[in-house]
Amino acid sequence: MEMIARKLLTVVTEAALEATLVREIEALGARGYTITDARGKGSHGLRDGSWPKNANIRLEVLCTADTALAICAALRERYSDNYSMVIFVSDVDILRPDKF
Amino acid sequence: MSYFEPVILFFMLGAIAGFVRSDLRIPGVLYESLSIFLLLAIGLKGGVELARYQLLDVALPALVVVSVGALIPLAAFPVLRRVGKLSRADAGSIAAHYGSVSVVTFAVGTAYLARLGQPAEGYMTVFLVLLEFPALVIGALLARHGERGLPWGRVLHEVLAGKSIVLLLGGLTIGWLAGPEGIAPLDRVFFDLFKGLLAFFLLEMGLVAAGRIGDLRRAGVFLLAFATLMPLAAGALGLITGRLLGLSVGGITLLATLYASASYIAAPAAMRIAVPAANPALSIGAALGITFPFNLIVGIPLFHMLAQTLHHPGVWPWK
Repeated sequence: MEMIARKLLTVVTEAALEATLVREIEALGARGYTITDARGKGSHGLRDGSWPKNANIRLEVLCTADTALAICAALRERYSDNYSMVIFVSDVDILRPDKF
Repeated sequence: MSYFEPVILFFMLGAIAGFVRSDLRIPGVLYESLSIFLLLAIGLKGGVELARYQLLDVALPALVVVSVGALIPLAAFPVLRRVGKLSRADAGSIAAHYGSVSVVTFAVGTAYLARLGQPAEGYMTVFLVLLEFPALVIGALLARHGERGLPWGRVLHEVLAGKSIVLLLGGLTIGWLAGPEGIAPLDRVFFDLFKGLLAFFLLEMGLVAAGRIGDLRRAGVFLLAFATLMPLAAGALGLITGRLLGLSVGGITLLATLYASASYIAAPAAMRIAVPAANPALSIGAALGITFPFNLIVGIPLFHMLAQTLHHPGVWPWK
């Protein structure tokens, strides 16, 4: 079985941004995404999801290296100053390249 | 203990549980469910009452109430800027929170009056709906004055299509269309259960408020003073406006409560999108950590007492 290299882009950020981010990454070429509720601690303190204003999400996108780079650049420019946001990209191998 | 509305004790229990770091948690799904229930129930109740009035009887006072209410963020902003030395973004965002209203504070106010058998004008819920969003727009304008790139489409969508407006307005319309007889079969769920579920919600708000106090320690004395003096000033404005409009004692009390209250559900969501540079810890900490409990414990009983005095000068209720 042939495996193809792609990127897994992960964004951990405020739940308030969900709708905006989804629109943005789709415009930048992402063909799908997965969102999960997240809790944790970082430079913006404990975000324990105890109520909606204090909730985080983890947004994951499987995409090509170019798309991952474009999304990273756009999110960094527009959101990282004012919102709690962590972005990282990892290498993954996927099965069906036509999907991502 | 006639002074305390019993549901406030649930808020205190939640706050104590938060302070002692209890493992008590209200699941997020229950929080969402309770807030949907409360918003719908308040809307329905208002709609049923509204059916008894002519549109014009409500429209004129509503116009006055909204116009005077717009003064609150406009007056708060320069105070936050000059006295508090806050950034333009923070001052605008906090002004928006204080100009907008807290649905739960209003609900506790109505419960307080109901327990004392004090009637109020049925259309107060209309004021609640109308006061929620203008301040958010004013706050966003103040915060981003002269700036470009304010995402107006998203901000207005957040403000007008937010769940609190949709459910309040939806409930209001359903109640108004159905009338008291139409709603009667639903009374058990929406009216009889109201106070019990409000108690649950206040338990959760106590927990959350206790968690916000830490943010305020960093904010300093100014914000503490602002969060207690602002509701008193705005409440006074409500007392005067209510009296000039010829509202009943109950109506004046609720209008003062509305003006004094600060939003911590609709405003934070809207401000996060409209004014990203504002620090949400400051505005939510002040609105929820200080002003909300202050209004519950001091504000509502005080406004009620003063409203009685306004109606019957010379008869001092505490004598």
